[in-house]
Amino acid sequence: MFESLLTTPGSLFAEFDRLQREMQQAFGLSGRPGSIRAVASGAFPAINIGSTPAAVEIYAFAPGIDPSKLDVQVDRGVLTITGERVRSNGEGNENVSVYARERFNGRFKRTVSLSDDVDPDKVSARYRDGVLRITVGRREATQPKRITIQ
Amino acid sequence: MNEVQQVTKDEPRPSEQPALLPRVDVSEDASGITLLADLPGVPKDKLELKVEGDMLQIEGEIAPETPENLEAMYAEVQVSRYRRAFTLSPELDTSRIDAQLRDGVLTLRIPKHEHAQPKRIEVKVG
Repeated sequence: MFESLLTTPGSLFAEFDRLQREMQQAFGLSGRPGSIRAVASGAFPAINIGSTPAAVEIYAFAPGIDPSKLDVQVDRGVLTITGERVRSNGEGNENVSVYARERFNGRFKRTVSLSDDVDPDKVSARYRDGVLRITVGRREATQPKRITIQ
Repeated sequence: MNEVQQVTKDEPRPSEQPALLPRVDVSEDASGITLLADLPGVPKDKLELKVEGDMLQIEGEIAPETPENLEAMYAEVQVSRYRRAFTLSPELDTSRIDAQLRDGVLTLRIPKHEHAQPKRIEVKVG
């Protein structure tokens, strides 16, 4: 009887769980240690970082930007993404009334520190569906190698 | 009886899955409303726009290209879905909504009904 109370999606517990999840999402309290360069949630563009044996993959969620206005640089192990997003909704016209203005506008800059084993000469970047994906290859020497037994 | 119902409830419906609130700009001019929504990572085929009665719902799934063996190290975007709903007023013509998705930005143009558009009333001197 009590089990059913716990599993009903509309129960108090489910509601509390949802609330907690939303709080974590809003304040980034995921319990994991943050990077020293981490910024408060809501920074533009949001960044996700993943790792494969061959490369580090950085995804920057930067919608509505002309790729030619994006600049990606790697300097002494720090990757920097800079760019600008221009407002484009006909504001300034006196016949237009604005109700919501939540989207980011202006210049932005975000930095990511890379691990020591990456090769700054092996960086590639693509822009698709508003996501900038940067692939930084790892040095050959640090990639796992199969050793043949003679 | 009750248990059977619960089993079917276990799989959350898309509308109950956690989702991010996309940021929007909304503006209005004489002929209609323009809505811009940031949906980075959502390809055209994963975007769903629904009008039900006076409610407009935007829902999209993030589908980035991911290589094999990708392990997450750090994530600011932790949910792979966006969802946001708006109520529309009756003077808006929901049958003529124009939607464009480009570089992760959705542009919606919701025109007003012809009869709801402003008319200048001429004052005659009698």
